[in-house]
Amino acid sequence: MQGTASSPSLKLLWNTFTHKVETNFGRKPMRKIEFRTAIREAMEEEMRKDPLLFLFGYDVGEYGGEFRVSQGMYAEFGDRRVQDAPINENGMVGLGVGASITGTKAIIEIAFMDFLPMAMDAIVNQAAKFNYTFAGQRSVPLVLRTAMGGYIRAAEQHSQCFENWFVHVPGLKVVVPSTGYDAKGLLKSAIADPNPVVFVEHKFMYPMKFEVPEEEYSIPLGSADIKREGTDVTVIATSYMVHLTLNVAKKLEKEGISVEVVDPRTLVPLDEEKILESVRKTNRVVIVHEAHERGGWGGEMAAIIADKAFFDLDAPIKRVGARNTPIPFPQVLEEFILPSEERIEAAIREVLS
Amino acid sequence: MEQKDPITDMNEDDVRKIYETMQKIRMFETREKDLIQTEQEGFAHSYVGEEAIATGVAAALRKDDYITSTHRGHGHMIAKGGDMGRMYAELYGRTAGYCQGKSGSLHIADFELGVLGANGIVSGGIPIAVGAAYSAQLRKSDQVSVAFFGEGAMNQGLFHEAANMAAIYQLPVIFVVEVNHWQCGVRYETVYHPSVIDNIAIRAQSYGFPGEKINGNDVVEVYQYATKAIEHARSGKGPYLLACYTYRIETHFMGDIDIRPDEEVAEWKKQDPIENLERRMYEAGIMSGSLMEEIRDDVNTQVAEAIDFARNSLKPEPEAALEHVYA
Repeated sequence: MQGTASSPSLKLLWNTFTHKVETNFGRKPMRKIEFRTAIREAMEEEMRKDPLLFLFGYDVGEYGGEFRVSQGMYAEFGDRRVQDAPINENGMVGLGVGASITGTKAIIEIAFMDFLPMAMDAIVNQAAKFNYTFAGQRSVPLVLRTAMGGYIRAAEQHSQCFENWFVHVPGLKVVVPSTGYDAKGLLKSAIADPNPVVFVEHKFMYPMKFEVPEEEYSIPLGSADIKREGTDVTVIATSYMVHLTLNVAKKLEKEGISVEVVDPRTLVPLDEEKILESVRKTNRVVIVHEAHERGGWGGEMAAIIADKAFFDLDAPIKRVGARNTPIPFPQVLEEFILPSEERIEAAIREVLS
Repeated sequence: MEQKDPITDMNEDDVRKIYETMQKIRMFETREKDLIQTEQEGFAHSYVGEEAIATGVAAALRKDDYITSTHRGHGHMIAKGGDMGRMYAELYGRTAGYCQGKSGSLHIADFELGVLGANGIVSGGIPIAVGAAYSAQLRKSDQVSVAFFGEGAMNQGLFHEAANMAAIYQLPVIFVVEVNHWQCGVRYETVYHPSVIDNIAIRAQSYGFPGEKINGNDVVEVYQYATKAIEHARSGKGPYLLACYTYRIETHFMGDIDIRPDEEVAEWKKQDPIENLERRMYEAGIMSGSLMEEIRDDVNTQVAEAIDFARNSLKPEPEAALEHVYA
């Protein structure tokens, strides 16, 4: 489905559309809701319980969020609880830090991850270091929600994946959910966490529908999930890449190739144990992320595997990421740069050869 | 007819405390200048000459009000009631320090006193003060928040962002800009347009809240304007800007090179905020010379004891560096 003329445009993200990605993962049938609805439910449930929890960002108010994540929330919670902000990312996160160390708690929404460089001081120098610098006097229980990713023809400044920048900074936690179920459960844990959490959604996934139970639940940060069991090769993938990989796994199954798909779900903390367990079972590894291959978290992941499971490997570790160029606009160029099912398949075949 | 000195309107106990606080800051920094170059590591920035600003503002605050501070932050901390022993211990990198010796001069904080941190990033504390005010508003508390920063920080985009947010949400924040005339090694006149150098408080108008230029070397004036600004913020009328004109008597950091003309520094030394207060207390009959001397001796002893406390406290174990990354 990806890489075809039917790929959705950015405009389509504003509307519901049916997506062909399989999202059942073996659980019993239940209601299906959009990725963004799952995220909204997590915020609403927590905000109803905690009157000092607030959502802050531009367009989160009456407009309902740039990707309609907070639709309807302003009507329920009103000013200050669901507060539109000026366009000032650094100030927004800075305000969130100040509010989160003085008895309230902020969820900051910056719709495009490409805009986070504008807020790097507040994230990296303030939020990430507060608990350490002041020796535990006060932590910053702030959640920074943002959306990464391409495949929507949004060009160089609206398509990037910077999750590894934040993996690199001690003091931050980094969450990269791939399903509505995971997003809701992980966001609940992120809100409960006393540390600053960078919660990275994928904008292509907002209209995708996933099975999410009616009852409340949460998923602890630092627990990887086996999205598909297999025996021949482990593919470690995050966010939207999980879905591309599952499509490839389904295709290869027909040839008798059994692919295990491991989704770390959170990059910090990282569930090394579950990932290494899979590696020790299949002895072959492909790492897939949408971020640029050079300097992406896949390099770190590969280093951990080489360090801790080197003698379990039967083949070199392969990485699939965006090619090391900016992300261009038209389909023909964007598809050439971003990871595709074809490139994932080729990498799997290479480690199996 | 001769005008009455406004100091006579102040409570004598308050004046005495203000004097003691200013002497504490002066003596803390004076001793620190030697210690940092002899027996401590790292570097520190002196607040000498600017004592009236932190002292006058903090005297008008409640204990539960918030402040954010700067790299030149010792004075703000002492004025808000900080413990000099724990401050020196931090400067010595000892476990008894405010940050268990992890962070040094640039990062002293005491959340029990509402001090939300000195900050090594110029302007970094300003939106944090605004966020604390947002929190106070959401919690329906009448706490206010003060952001201290220098005129160098006021040219950061972050000042603009923070000031605008404080204005539109009508938050209880007082922006206190300490115009000390030198942005590290750059003259004030180099980074501000000639049409505004005489009063950068006019920038407040563009955000929609009041701003006043005041004499930052006159603690009585600072106290009076701070009282007014705090009352304004506490009563829900929104932010306030105080542009306190003063001078950085020492170099950018203690032990730094000095490119400033001697006569410029000498001229400002004549306007010393502590001497100014002493003269006026004496003339108004608030305090005798001998009582001033008694206070100075007492503060001198306190500072010496604080240094002893720091010198005698433990160094951290190397593994302590691994603690507190996450809560």
